[in-house]
This record gives sequence, structure tokens and C-alpha cells, in this order.
Amino acid sequence: MANKILVFIEQRNGKIKKSSLEAVKAASDIAQKLSGSVEAVSIGNEIENLEKVGGYGACKITHFKNAALENYSPSAYADIIAKYSGEKNFDIFFFAASSMGKDLAPRVAVKTDSGLAMDCILLNCESNEIIATRPIYAGKALIEVKLTSPKKVFALRPNVFNPGTPTDKKADVSIINVDSPNLSVKVVDIKKSEGKIDVAEADIIVSGGRGMKGPEHFKLVEDLAEVLGAASGASRAVVDAGWRPHSEQVGQTGKTVSPSLYVALGISGAIQHLAGMRSSKYIVAINKDKDAPIFQVADYGIAGDVFEVVPAMIEEIKKIKS
Amino acid sequence: MKIAVCVSHVPDTAAKINIGSDGKTLDPNGVTFIVNPYDEFAVEEALKTKEKIGGETVAISLGTDANKETLRKVLAMGIDNAVLLKDDSYRDSISVAKALAEEIKAQNAELVFFGKQSVDFDNSVVGQLTAEFLGYNCISVVVSFSLEGNKIICEREIEGGKEIVETTLPALITAQKGLNDPRYASLKGIMAAKKKEILEKQPSAASNSIEIITMKKPSPKQAGKILGTDATAVPELVRLLREEAKVI
Repeated sequence: MANKILVFIEQRNGKIKKSSLEAVKAASDIAQKLSGSVEAVSIGNEIENLEKVGGYGACKITHFKNAALENYSPSAYADIIAKYSGEKNFDIFFFAASSMGKDLAPRVAVKTDSGLAMDCILLNCESNEIIATRPIYAGKALIEVKLTSPKKVFALRPNVFNPGTPTDKKADVSIINVDSPNLSVKVVDIKKSEGKIDVAEADIIVSGGRGMKGPEHFKLVEDLAEVLGAASGASRAVVDAGWRPHSEQVGQTGKTVSPSLYVALGISGAIQHLAGMRSSKYIVAINKDKDAPIFQVADYGIAGDVFEVVPAMIEEIKKIKS
Repeated sequence: MKIAVCVSHVPDTAAKINIGSDGKTLDPNGVTFIVNPYDEFAVEEALKTKEKIGGETVAISLGTDANKETLRKVLAMGIDNAVLLKDDSYRDSISVAKALAEEIKAQNAELVFFGKQSVDFDNSVVGQLTAEFLGYNCISVVVSFSLEGNKIICEREIEGGKEIVETTLPALITAQKGLNDPRYASLKGIMAAKKKEILEKQPSAASNSIEIITMKKPSPKQAGKILGTDATAVPELVRLLREEAKVI
């Protein structure tokens, strides 16, 4: 089997997303084990530094260009990848399981008649087959799966695979102009949440729960997030109470996250919340109740009052950062 | 217009998950099952759309007799009809989507709502897969939906913002929390739902392309250190984060 791997490179505003580079590196590690090859494909208008995917292990990148494709179009993007795959006969497709990747990967799977493994957090090879580990029940359990179809699609959870230090290798870039793309579903505009880091993409998250006592006290959560360069998150209880927007919710009906550092402020640690954040590399909990379940997953904890501890944390961090 | 909504029957988010003796499936003992939370937003949007433009709503669920409980709940919310695609075999997302697409086609539904993901296997793909099999336009993870004539405008949640997405019927929409506030079933609705017939059908056989090798619990995280009970512990906490964890 040839094991030709194609990695989809996601761009926003003409810049390649980090999660796509993670996918290139993961694909390149798999290709080495399966004696395969890695190519990349991108879709959009102008994209900066396409050749840099070479540093992560893709020998070639093909960019499908049209000004109308600068924003995502599920119909056009899926058609372009499927058509290119038909011409080049790729065996394996890698996506980042980002908002765009989760939308696009299943469409490409149907169009290329591939099996599909979503949100993988670990990939191994055993007797020339890829074994993927993925969380289910928001991380309360894990499954190891293999795809039995000839063609396969894997989507990798962002922020989990280490992209490593890139080499200076540059990928061959070829640009193909797309005529009349299929824009039957099309993004016409993007509304950005001003200046905020999204919990799904953040390397550090500071979340607040019921223990913050009211929406007016979330300034403290945001202030700690700011000194840490972190995103602010929230528990389901405070989102359901209308204190914070749903986009900040961490847990089983919110976002499942795995940042380097997760700081839980006044969060007791309901099972559905723990499921969504337990795979964080380091967890800090500040909670008055020393018996709160959050302390069972926390690496470091202070069983004290958030209104006293958090301002002290902000001061201390400012001190070491200055 | 016929509006379909696909619903799944999943373990309660408060449930503890235990693995069955085969090491490949969930042990359902002691687990309460509920309507998939995201599907409630899908049901509400189907009902609101029907209230606005008229037509008929049908709920479709694939699974065992146990799924009838979920179908009764959405009938009680106001859905007109329910179909159970009866199947107790394991199906992967693609195989589920094929069966749902066949039924949606048989129902001749032009507008279809799904939850953005089922909170069991968390794939977040069955909606998009079903739309591909149907050849319908599809917008996923939707937090705002409007339909004017044939034209659909949605807001779709993405990292750090929202995409405004346009398409036309026939279409399939997957619902994200925030799309609406699902209604509670009225007593009258609950009584009416009890009398309604749930149509049972046999979906075509599963052909899976994903094989589960093992299902396991994540390795338990070692409980860490409680460094103190007030702000005097803060310098030590910050030192550990900097020197031991090296995360700040």
C-alpha cells in the first residue's frame, strides 16, 4: 500500500493555523512508520508562508486559490479536496479537529468513501495500521480504534500533538486557480469577539464557577487571565445562570479543553466539568471547600477564599513577570 | 413543508461511565439516559420554524426500544410524529448517517435539524455526513437560524467568533447551545404524546468502517498538593507553576 497522506492546511485571514502544523507533523511521524509520503493542501486567497509546512514534514503543498474562497465555504472546500484526491489518489487524510476541520472532515470522508476517526488524541502504528485513541463521553472514557476502510480520514484534536521545532526544509508550492467554485453554502462574514482568546485554542485557561458569587465578580477571573495571557472560561452552572456566554463554557455540553495550565476558581468540579478539562497538563484549583472534587484532579490547590487568593496571585504573577 | 429532527438517546451528563466486561462497550447498569442535550435545541428550532411557516414535524431516532423514551419526550414538546429506526447493533457515525438519510428521504423532509453532537461518542459529524448522503446543504454548530422563503442565514460558532453563513433549501442544520431556549413539555403535550404511535422501521444493515479495539477509562489523575488555605500560599503556588510545572 502506498500510504499517500494529504493534510488539510487551514487558514484564517491568510495565516496558517497552528493546529494544521500539528497535523502535518503527526502525519509525517505516521508516514515514517508506514513508509508513506505527506503532501498538504490549502484553500483560500493569499496565504503567507505556504512553504513553511515543509519544516513540519510535508514535501509539497498545493494551494487552491480564488478570492471568493478566502472565507470558508463547506461546499466548495469539500469539492476541491475530493476532486484533488480523485486525481492524486490519496489514501489517508489528516485534518485538525477545529471548528472548520470538524465541519469539513466528514464531508470529505463521504466524498472520498473513507472511514472517519474524529478528535484523535494519540496515533500509533501496529502491523502497518494506524491505531487512534479518542475520548468519548467528553473524556470520561477513551477508545482505541482502527479504520477498516481502504481510505481513511483522521481529525486530530488541536493543542495535543506537539508540532516540534520545524526544520528549514521548504515545501514545493504549487498554486492552482479555481474557476467557479461551488458556493452553495458560503460564509459571507465573520463576527469576531473583540480581543478575546477562545478557550478551545488557549494554552492557559482561567475559569470561574459558582464560587465567584455573581457575574460582577468575573472581572477577577478576567484580570487573572490577562496577567497570564489566558482565555477566560466558565462552568456550566454560571453559563446556565446567564452570568457568562456559552462560548466560554468548559465541560461536557461546552468545550473539551487540554491547555498547558487550567486554573479553576470557585469551581467545585461536577463530573461533566471534570470530563471537559481533566486532560489539561497542569490544573490549579482555588476553592473554599477542601473536599470539593476539583482537588482530586488538581496538581496544586489552595483551599481558600477566591476573593483573597486571586488578587494575591495577580500581584505575585505581575511581580515575576516584570 | 416537512421538517425532520434527528434525536439520540444518551447517558446523562451527570452519569459515571463504566466499561462493560467485553472492554469495548459502555456498561449501562445504573446509567440514566436522556434526550441528547443538543437535540433539544434542534427540536425547539424545528417547532419554532413550523410555527412560523406551517408544515409538519417528524422526529427520527436510531436505536433500541429504549429510544422510545426520548421520542416520547420530543413528542411531548410538540413534535407531530416519531419514527424509531430499530437497531441494536453497533453502528459508526457513517453507518448511522446512512440510515438516517434513507429515512429523511422517505419522509421527504426539506429541512432537517440535528444537535451538533451526541454527548456519547462526541464525533460531531453525523449531521454533516447525513447531509452529504442526502445531497443537502449543511451548516453546523449553529447559534442563530433564519429562513426567508428558500434562503437560510445562520450564525455558526467558531474559535473566537461567529461565521455568518448563507445557503438555500433543502438544508440540514446542526444546533449548538445558545440557538434558543428549548420549551418544557406541557401536561397536555405529555398526555397527547402517550397516545401517539411511534412508527417502527428496520434500517438497512450496518456496514461499519471503524472498529473499536478497546474502551477504557483514562488513567486516574493523581491528586496534587493543597498548598494552604489562604493567600500566604500564593508565592509557593506561583513558584511551583514557574519552576516545577514550567507553565508560566
